[in-house]
Amino acid sequence: MEAIAKRVGFYALVVFIVLFSVFPFYYAILTSFESGTALFDVNYLPTEFSLANYRDVLTNGVFPLNILNSVIVAVTVVVISLFLAVTAAYALSRINFRGRGLLLLTILAVSMFPQIAVLAGLFEMIRSVGLYNSLFSLIFAYMIFTLPFTVWVLTTFMRDLPVEIEEAAIVDGASPFVIVTKVFLPLMWPALVTTGLLAFIAAWNEFLFALTFVSNNETRTVPVAIALLSGASEQEIPWGTIMAASVIVTVPLIVLVLVFQRKIVSGLTAGGVKG
Amino acid sequence: MANVSMGAPPTRKAMEAEERPAARSNLSRERLRSAWLFLTPMLLVLALVAGWPLIETIYYSFTNASLSNIDGAEWVGLRNYWEYVDYGDGEGEYFGLFFDSQWWNAVWNTVYYTVISVSIETVLGLAFALVLNAEFKGRALVRAAVLIPWAIPTIVSAKMWAWMMNDQFGILNDMLMTVGIISSPVAWTADPDTAMWAVIMVDVWKTTPFMALLILAGLQMVPGDVYEAAKIDGIHPVKVFWKVTLPLIRPAILVAVIFRALDALRVFDLIYVLTPNNTDTKTMSVFAQENLFQFDKFAYGSAASTFLFLVIAFITLFYIKVARLDLGGKGR
Repeated sequence: MEAIAKRVGFYALVVFIVLFSVFPFYYAILTSFESGTALFDVNYLPTEFSLANYRDVLTNGVFPLNILNSVIVAVTVVVISLFLAVTAAYALSRINFRGRGLLLLTILAVSMFPQIAVLAGLFEMIRSVGLYNSLFSLIFAYMIFTLPFTVWVLTTFMRDLPVEIEEAAIVDGASPFVIVTKVFLPLMWPALVTTGLLAFIAAWNEFLFALTFVSNNETRTVPVAIALLSGASEQEIPWGTIMAASVIVTVPLIVLVLVFQRKIVSGLTAGGVKG
Repeated sequence: MANVSMGAPPTRKAMEAEERPAARSNLSRERLRSAWLFLTPMLLVLALVAGWPLIETIYYSFTNASLSNIDGAEWVGLRNYWEYVDYGDGEGEYFGLFFDSQWWNAVWNTVYYTVISVSIETVLGLAFALVLNAEFKGRALVRAAVLIPWAIPTIVSAKMWAWMMNDQFGILNDMLMTVGIISSPVAWTADPDTAMWAVIMVDVWKTTPFMALLILAGLQMVPGDVYEAAKIDGIHPVKVFWKVTLPLIRPAILVAVIFRALDALRVFDLIYVLTPNNTDTKTMSVFAQENLFQFDKFAYGSAASTFLFLVIAFITLFYIKVARLDLGGKGR
């Protein structure tokens, strides 16, 4: 009897966890398919399947352009930070030099920087070199959080690879650059996919810099565009369109996260609890 | 910085010693040169994107810069932080960040938000982690479900919850009224009594999974035979949890808590979108951003940013000391 009660209790907890995690997004999807007055009735189950909100958000206004901007920024940020991080991580993990510990400490410290602390200085810098209102400002600014993170995770990953894999190449007189590209890179795909994906998500979701460095509707990225979506009048908030836009930008992320879930969990914990 | 080691792992030292002296010094000199070659681009970018802007922000906090006239900024010393204006008739008044009640309100809001949300997330995250650590059918599915809130952009979750917490059409009021917890609709994000709790609710929803995963990683490092032994000795599971599991995963929890706290202290987007222009939820970051870009008080906003930076820097140093990070690659 007690065993059954325990089992029931346990599964009740499991159901609670799943509902807690999934329900808000389920409700957003539900709302995104409702139009007209159905929107303003509280429904727990789907009652209507209308694509009006999706048509609205994708044809009126500049939202498709905002999606394109987000893709450009996030992909460029990932490529640049991975390129800089792989070589840097090799130096930090496989070569001994004075000041290595201090460098790693600095990189860790930068990853903890509150974005607001550099906002004023970055704004002045971006304005004075004429990058204000351009996607380059965001690509540049996002390095502050993607670069320390990728360097840190790739360094811990490379450090755990055995010495032997380099030995033969060193004896053959291969240059460090050849060693990185020919010996390490092929072994590093799992780590690169994980860190790249996490950097992509971070860049895709960023809000404060995107709000500050870009003021053109056409140049905005998705998070700012969604935050600023407004209706015909001040009072009328277009919940249906907001939910449709939200679903559009979130579904690809969720698919990516679910496909790579194991890798992501290990990447998160490498960035977090290693040490 | 207890464990910072600059020494080489012994294996590599041994390997290099076997080679001829001349070749070795050539080789290590070349490796050293390429190390710096590899590091320079990354360090340059970090200096440009983090180092220099930080110095500039701190500099502006000692000037009278305004958004429309940043280049004409003049040094004014500590005036943005602390200023006594003498009215000449024996009376005077203090001005500056340290005497600004709105700033201290923002500081209080930030601390309140951080302490409450991180506490709830830790307890809830631990519970989730314990469930996910158990063997049961469909565990993989539950683990996937838990990742969903984490994958959703903060802005999107703020909007989703703003809709669910809508005072007229929101599903949350409907649920709570059906169950009988509240008798009339609540304007969650607008009411001064509930606004901060609305923010905390969304944050808990969004970041508990992250907490759970970090703690779960700690749980999985606890060797199984510990539980076996406890079971054979007939020790009650609750006691095992308090006496065995919790002490073993305490380091993992501590690191997760500090990570989350650092994140919570700089919160901006959630509050900016969920409860705009609300003094009951305004945090330090929101206060700084408003002064910088909306109130044309660029220097004053820079002072607020500098203050927040110092708070976080202090906690980061504390974290590095507590976590005793292994930066040299030894002792693992």
